[in-house]
Amino acid sequence: MTMPSSEKKKAGFVQWVDERLPVFSFINKELVDYPTPRNLSYWWNFGSLAGVVLVVMILTGIFLAMFYTPHVDHAFNSVERIMREVNYGWLIRYIHMNGASMFFVVVYIHMFRGLYYGSYKAPRELLWILGVVIFLLMMATAFMGYVLPWGQMSYWGATVITNLFSAIPLIGDSIVTWLWGGFSVANPTLNRFFALHYLFPFLIVGVVFLHLIALHQHGSNNPLGIDAKKPGDKIPFHPYYTVKDLLGLGVLLMVWGSFVFFAPNFFGEPDNYIPADPLVTPEHIVPEWYFLPFYAILRSVPDKLGGVVLMFSAVFILTLMPWLDRSPIRSARFRPLYKVLFWIFVATCLILGWVGSQKPEGLPLIFGRIATVYYFIHFLVFVPLLNRIERPLPLPESLQKKSVPSVKGGASS
Amino acid sequence: MSRRFLREISIVLFNLLVSDEPCANEQPLFPQEKWSFDQLFGTYDRAELQRGFQVYQQVCSTCHGLSHISYRQLKALGFSEAKIKAIAAQKEVQDGVDEDGNPVKRNGKPSDYFPNPFVNEKAARAANNGANPPDLSLVIKGRKGGPHYVKALLKGYVETPAGMKLAPGMSYNLYFGGHQIAMASPLSDHLVEYADGTAATVDQMAHDVVTFLAWASEPEMEERKHLGVKILTYLLVFTVLMGLVKRRTWRRLEE
Repeated sequence: MTMPSSEKKKAGFVQWVDERLPVFSFINKELVDYPTPRNLSYWWNFGSLAGVVLVVMILTGIFLAMFYTPHVDHAFNSVERIMREVNYGWLIRYIHMNGASMFFVVVYIHMFRGLYYGSYKAPRELLWILGVVIFLLMMATAFMGYVLPWGQMSYWGATVITNLFSAIPLIGDSIVTWLWGGFSVANPTLNRFFALHYLFPFLIVGVVFLHLIALHQHGSNNPLGIDAKKPGDKIPFHPYYTVKDLLGLGVLLMVWGSFVFFAPNFFGEPDNYIPADPLVTPEHIVPEWYFLPFYAILRSVPDKLGGVVLMFSAVFILTLMPWLDRSPIRSARFRPLYKVLFWIFVATCLILGWVGSQKPEGLPLIFGRIATVYYFIHFLVFVPLLNRIERPLPLPESLQKKSVPSVKGGASS
Repeated sequence: MSRRFLREISIVLFNLLVSDEPCANEQPLFPQEKWSFDQLFGTYDRAELQRGFQVYQQVCSTCHGLSHISYRQLKALGFSEAKIKAIAAQKEVQDGVDEDGNPVKRNGKPSDYFPNPFVNEKAARAANNGANPPDLSLVIKGRKGGPHYVKALLKGYVETPAGMKLAPGMSYNLYFGGHQIAMASPLSDHLVEYADGTAATVDQMAHDVVTFLAWASEPEMEERKHLGVKILTYLLVFTVLMGLVKRRTWRRLEE
């Protein structure tokens, strides 16, 4: 009948703070009561999972930075010291190393989900574009992070990728010199990569906040792709999606943990456990798996500048998706042709990934060229023209199978 | 429908990742061996580790460093503190300068790292026909095929095929890239005399020293697997619980 005095005090304190700085009502509005479509499938778990991975990456990264030395003479050994001498250093480093792969797995699924269910369409165009910005920042961060251990693949990967900018006409070579801070990949390069690798994740956090503001403006899209109309179409985020996200997190952590503890170097190249040697080129320079599709596009063009332009276009073309796709129907469930195109596109990306891991000759080169051309035809021809010939299936009336009275957050059962 | 697609994608993805290891490009496939440290619960066999250390000390260490390993870490091989002190004391190490600025040499202590056999790379190349013997601390982690490759290499010295001309001082090795290797066949039967009486065949010595080097590459492996079992068990319980909580929570919506 009476509240314990401590709780009363706390409520009073919360209220006192909230009147002056509305953090608690903000959390309540955006994370507790936040109305979310009731029909989200497990494909909608990957956004929050990406957020969790980002936080874990930043935390492990900060601890690694306490022991890492960004100098060409010490970087490799300082990483080995983390692995061997620092208490649980191996654990922190393996979480961070495999976390990069997990981050890309989660984000790629998140992006493909957006493409399948038309999550980029009005009114979510900026939400989608901010997502592409995050993806670009992630790629830059991951690339620079891979350079830090200063192994053979770090050094030669950095050399190959920074050299791409020399393809820019007239000023290309000057740009590369400027990027390197010298006339080759060397100590200044390693130093600035470390500085930027530490900075970029916080830029990502900033853009993630914008991404979330844009998301919460209109709320999540859903597997049916239609807007919520009836009162019961949306349910409070807490407890329904907090618990669903926790379930997804459990699964992700199990996958992540399996790699960390039982196959920590599964995604890595053995060559990166050989210290960087500018005089010895590895037989086969390959980037990390998450760059392979783009690497394949780069190498399928015989012209260096053309390859670079095409590779960057492959990412930037995603930002145009809201305008290339003119169909008013969001979800591929009701777009029989787009659904087929989508899976062909997924297959194309996987083929490009495989091609990127092979030497650019013979069959892989041919496959790579076909897949590269198809990648762009998908965006520039098929997606825009599809609307003319496709006959969408009838859309359902509402998000619910049958009309259900509206639910109040979590109390009654 | 989507479930089937999911399965197909995961298969394709898996194949993609697995086929990403092109170990068979130029060298013949090396035989896949069984190791004590294989699999989820595998640990380093202590007897193999100790014998492997003996092979490293008596054979490899003349040319190859092991710079990331310190003597105190040999505890993991099952050696006593006194034995480690004795092992460390056998080597002379450089330790700063005295008051007059002259370099000081003293006997090794357990906290010292394994000294390099050569003072610098130039000296190493001068002594080895131009080749620089790689440090072995990470050799198992840093080669495609890992322990299988290194063991195959150690045993891979065969007759030079007719028609192939080797550069002076080079040896033919079946598994080395390009087949010309500057290291002469390092092992021969009964090269070392094992303290535990095991017959020192080439195969036995190669197996033992690779096990020792695998430990040197990943000294944390046993702790890692041990912790992994605990954490994954915890996560499994957590996930199942969350699955149940989720089902119960969402059941409210149906009512």
